[in-house]
Amino acid sequence: MKLTVNGTEHEVDADPNMPLLWLLRDLLNIKGPKFGCGVGACGACTVLIDGYPVRSCSYFAGDVDAPITTIEGLAGKDALHPVQDAWIRHGVPQCGYCQAGQILAAVALLQDTPNPTDDDIDAAMTNLCRCGTYPMIRAAIKDVANSDGGGL
Amino acid sequence: MSTLGKITRRTFLGLGAAAAGGLAVGYYFYQTPHANPLEDNASAGDAIFNPYVFVSAAGAITIITPRAEMGQGVQTTLAALVAEELEVTLDQIAVDHGPASSAYYNEAVMVDGGPFASFDQSLLANTARETMAVASKFIGIQVTGGSSATIDAFDKMRRAGAAARMVLIQAAAQTWNIPAENVSAQHGHLINKTTGERLPYGDVAELAAKLPPPEDVILKKPEDWKLLGKPQKRVEIVEKVTGAPIFGIDVELPEMRHATVRMSPHFGVGARTHDATAALEVPGVEKVIPLQTQYGSGFAVIATNTWAAFQGAEALDVVWQDATYPTNNDAMTPLFDRALEEDASFTLGSTGEPDEVWRNTPPNRQLEVTYEVPYVAHATMEPMNATAQWRENELHIWSPNQAPTIIQGVCAGHFDMKTDQIKVHTTYMGGGFGRRMEADFSLFAAIIGQHTNGRPVKVTWTREEDTRHDMYRPRAKARYRGTLSDDGHLTALDVAVAVPPLIKNTLARTFPGLPVAGPDKLLLEGAYDQPLTVPDRRYAAHVVDLPIPIGFWRSVGNSYNGFFHESFLDEAAHKAGKDPLHFRLDLMNDNEHAPAKRVLLKVAEMADWGAPMPEGKGKGLAHTLSFGTWVAQVVQVDTSQQQVRIEKVWCAADPGLVLDPANFKAQLISGAIFGLSQALGQEITFTDGAVDQGNLYDFDAMRMHQSPTFEVALLETSPRMGGAGEPGTPPAPAALANAIFAATGKRLRTMPLSKHIDFT
Ligand code: FES
Ligand code: FES
Repeated sequence: MKLTVNGTEHEVDADPNMPLLWLLRDLLNIKGPKFGCGVGACGACTVLIDGYPVRSCSYFAGDVDAPITTIEGLAGKDALHPVQDAWIRHGVPQCGYCQAGQILAAVALLQDTPNPTDDDIDAAMTNLCRCGTYPMIRAAIKDVANSDGGGL
Repeated sequence: MSTLGKITRRTFLGLGAAAAGGLAVGYYFYQTPHANPLEDNASAGDAIFNPYVFVSAAGAITIITPRAEMGQGVQTTLAALVAEELEVTLDQIAVDHGPASSAYYNEAVMVDGGPFASFDQSLLANTARETMAVASKFIGIQVTGGSSATIDAFDKMRRAGAAARMVLIQAAAQTWNIPAENVSAQHGHLINKTTGERLPYGDVAELAAKLPPPEDVILKKPEDWKLLGKPQKRVEIVEKVTGAPIFGIDVELPEMRHATVRMSPHFGVGARTHDATAALEVPGVEKVIPLQTQYGSGFAVIATNTWAAFQGAEALDVVWQDATYPTNNDAMTPLFDRALEEDASFTLGSTGEPDEVWRNTPPNRQLEVTYEVPYVAHATMEPMNATAQWRENELHIWSPNQAPTIIQGVCAGHFDMKTDQIKVHTTYMGGGFGRRMEADFSLFAAIIGQHTNGRPVKVTWTREEDTRHDMYRPRAKARYRGTLSDDGHLTALDVAVAVPPLIKNTLARTFPGLPVAGPDKLLLEGAYDQPLTVPDRRYAAHVVDLPIPIGFWRSVGNSYNGFFHESFLDEAAHKAGKDPLHFRLDLMNDNEHAPAKRVLLKVAEMADWGAPMPEGKGKGLAHTLSFGTWVAQVVQVDTSQQQVRIEKVWCAADPGLVLDPANFKAQLISGAIFGLSQALGQEITFTDGAVDQGNLYDFDAMRMHQSPTFEVALLETSPRMGGAGEPGTPPAPAALANAIFAATGKRLRTMPLSKHIDFT
């Protein structure tokens, strides 16, 4: 099967029923998407497919029909993505394990809704953070929304 | 204050008793420093100053921060202690956890292991602390826990930085042939004060490291600090926003195999029969092997990828032996009830005659209530995992862990090896909360590694396996009795807590054969050691024997005693017709209690305590002193809709000294969310001897839409330094229950509170 991840095309020999998460982590050595629950309940495995956030643990690799972006592919050549920068400014990560998923969920939210309300943030940011970084995540998202030109 | 109660020198608890026993033979070794573990692992040209600082031939400075980074920011704060004295900034250095070694023993975690309140400065308490300090060096356990890391490192690591700075200055002075007074150290450079000439540290490091270490190390004055006391950017922040492979689960080695485990759901027994045919038919599965350890019995499935291993484990057909303990929750309940009826196992901090006061108080001024908490799991974000490889007679383990020397000890025992044949590589970890103090997942990987022909094997647990094979925060039930004077003061307090024994349970699997003696203060911490001037009081532990594995869960005994104690003070205040703030302040009359009063008054001011609230809203207050940090919280709830919303948390904390205010605040928020998460539905229950819950859909934690806003203030008045990682947790559930009472008049005494009321 053919997959495009972060702009690179991969030819992979795998069971199409393999969850995308394990294909990325174990077969392609792309470790940004994390395993947290395996049942779509935590969001640590979030990747963007065609810009939409998808929980890759619960997505068959064989169903992927558009380019994938993982956290590794988010930054530009010379600069981090504005959401990553905001995460640093607000000191969001603690253990950091959930943060690849949180950042990608935030990127998708801000692309869709450049100036999200608290309710928008509650509705879109459903990923678990066991370290309780929610107040910092909320502040960082609003910071990106309020920066020059609003949003991304 | 000095409440000695029934404590004598012979009744030091658990670890301490064993450690003190070793002292007679150990004192000689105490005087000899531990070997510097960096010497063994050095590259050519490395200039090694001490176990915390080395400079490579190319001039790169590395600081060893030998405590586990699990999100609490410890590596950044520890690096700042060294960097401050070394006169470098954090972007000029690399940080490394370093090898497992007794040289990195944690003294602070043991110094306060004795059964004394942290503010107890009596001769007995201080003698115990000194004894433990010596003992901690003798047993040399490298561990991250008990919110102790910065307290332990505060002197040690500043001295390491200063000692390196002093020899660097001396080496530069020799090079320039000028007196050392004419050389200063600034921003990674040595400056010739007369000529203004500058040398980077790397240029004289080799020479400097050969000079004898200074005898009198001079530390900077706090007013001269450039890094300490100011917020620092985490040293690993870029890795954490770019998805760098820094966690245990990300370890990737050539020819690596992937595995998972399926352990007996019934603790203490193994399989009756099993059939691996279906498991071995899963494409990618290579082997199924049995596992038998003090942590449990079961099977491992080895495969070419994690998904295949997971499928294989599921396909494994096993009939497990029956559990040998009461097999469901209801059957366990009588054990707790009965324990409360029986004589206490031990008491701590007791004084006066609470029974007599009770008898002599009219029933309308007596208050007797019971509280309960269930078993709860740690549910770290990163499920348990470890990678192992056998190389000739060395065992290498890559493990996201909080206690590398314990892994060495447990593996050495299992394989009959020397600890120095076991190399533990500590990775970053996706949460720890006490779960990663345990060696089970590392030992399993090591055993499985014996079946992969010298190839490394990464063993990843499913979330289900992680939830069902935890060392849980124990279930506990407490009976509180109090009496009030006719003017509404608490005159007597009688606390009885039925709970399984933490130290005994932990030591049995970690150091089998080690004798355990004395009271286990963890069972009563958060109650007996709180600032409270009540003349007649008793704190009694009633130990419940149940073989469910239990362990250290963020804030340990404080996590449940904080809920009981602070709920009870609120109930007593309401019964006395007093404001819960003033009721508490009236009970804190010793000088040592001053920080508690200050954080209570501060949080009351921040939260506008006492201001009228709209219908359906309410505020609750709680205070717990734990790990040396005094924390008062006010929680505000809105109950006017169908579901209760936790709107806001105000928090005032006094740890004496704050090394990084941004990180300290983040830890208090994190701790409070961890505590509140319990209330929202966390509960581990049993059916037929097995844990009912398996994944986040039945054991979840607080989410964004449930998260309150926070306002945090830090005070620095306490005479001793306190920890950061845990003290935010204990008061939160009580403050929440007290807020719900204030809003609704409904008193909730059983966790999770969600059993009685719906939350958003
Ligand atoms: S691992 Fe995919 S949602 Fe949890
Ligand atoms: S930062 Fe640790 S789980 Fe989110």
